[in-house]
Amino acid sequence: MARITAGVASSHVPLLGVAVDQGKTGDDYFGPIFAGYEWTKQWEKETKPDVVILVYNDHASAFDMKIIPTFAIGCGERYKSADEGWGPRPVPDVEGHPDLAWHIAQSLILDEFDMTIINEMDVDHGLTVPLSMMFGQPDKWPVKVVPLAVNVVTYPVPSGNRCWALGEAIKRAVESFPEDLNVQIWGTGGMSHQLQGPRAGLLNREWDNKFLDLLIGDTDAARYIPHLEYLRETGSEGIEMVMWLVMRGALGKTTKCLHRHYHIPCSNTAIGHLVLEPTE
Amino acid sequence: MTAPGEKQNIHDYLAEFDDIPGTRVFTAARARKGYWLNQFAMSLMKPENRDAWKADERKYLENWPMSDEQKEAILARDYNRCLDLGGNVYFLAKVFSTDGLSFAEAVSTMTDMTFPEYREMMNKGGRSPQGNRSIKGGY
Ligand SMILES: [Fe+2]
Repeated sequence: MARITAGVASSHVPLLGVAVDQGKTGDDYFGPIFAGYEWTKQWEKETKPDVVILVYNDHASAFDMKIIPTFAIGCGERYKSADEGWGPRPVPDVEGHPDLAWHIAQSLILDEFDMTIINEMDVDHGLTVPLSMMFGQPDKWPVKVVPLAVNVVTYPVPSGNRCWALGEAIKRAVESFPEDLNVQIWGTGGMSHQLQGPRAGLLNREWDNKFLDLLIGDTDAARYIPHLEYLRETGSEGIEMVMWLVMRGALGKTTKCLHRHYHIPCSNTAIGHLVLEPTE
Repeated sequence: MTAPGEKQNIHDYLAEFDDIPGTRVFTAARARKGYWLNQFAMSLMKPENRDAWKADERKYLENWPMSDEQKEAILARDYNRCLDLGGNVYFLAKVFSTDGLSFAEAVSTMTDMTFPEYREMMNKGGRSPQGNRSIKGGY
């Protein structure tokens, strides 16, 4: 039986991808950011997941304004790194797991989550930057990936509660997959940042850390944080943190924190990173 | 916090967004208004379109059913105006990336700071949420 063994949360700032691709991860600016991922890189090597369900958002790369799926799941064989306007990132193709992905998609639909199915798409920094943060620069990614794209751009985006509930349904779906698979779920994006308007540059260390606290242990208070609170407290792009709730929801009632990292700033953004284990 | 099970009315939900200082939340109304502005920006993902845009910006815009205001705002790189006219930053990013601007530099043009000032603010911990959460509440 497949099972979700851990959850990882991480920001997915495009500049981090640039730092990896240009070999700057040890310099004065990026060093302290990447140092917080060293523990996780080692842990990933030891725990060897087979598949990562990677919750992320597309940033006007695979999807434009023509079609805006609220929740979409990638069921394809492989995905190429998107050209976001300055050429594709020089990273390996991302290999999918169509059997597991289709199983999850079908199970979710029966469980009343009406998913959009994607067979072909390119994946942008939202998905490839977290892979680089956790695995460095291998010739081939050491895991298969089931991309799960969430609309966090056009409002209304899904509620925190709905994201959490989707995570719970993903857990049920994974556990009914007959093959023995070690599956991780990653929630990406955030933390506080605002990339637009006169209030651009807003960061909120205190709120971000409260949010990190709420993902650990047996509280489910984070699922009831309204969009307005993210907007007021964490900037217009902080809403990406609802994607972390999909991850948290998939870990069950209680979690234990294995690793935690927070750093300000990376470009316009607060970097947050958590490694969680389900404890039930 | 919204109470468990509580559903919000869409009108109340949207009205609250106007109370956030210096922020244009990308609502459906803005997405409708800015549809072609954003789709134009998206077209710059293709190298051949970037070349045509760089060769003659005004001419490139002739092919897009955008309002004159939207065209002038883009030509002037007035990104706050673009947001008012329905632009979204992830789409507008295709324009400023084509100009060779980083996200941070482009974003700084929407504030009342120069880029070096903005960068310094970010390195010192960013803009404080204090006084920036609510127009009416002033907190
Ligand atoms: Fe993002």
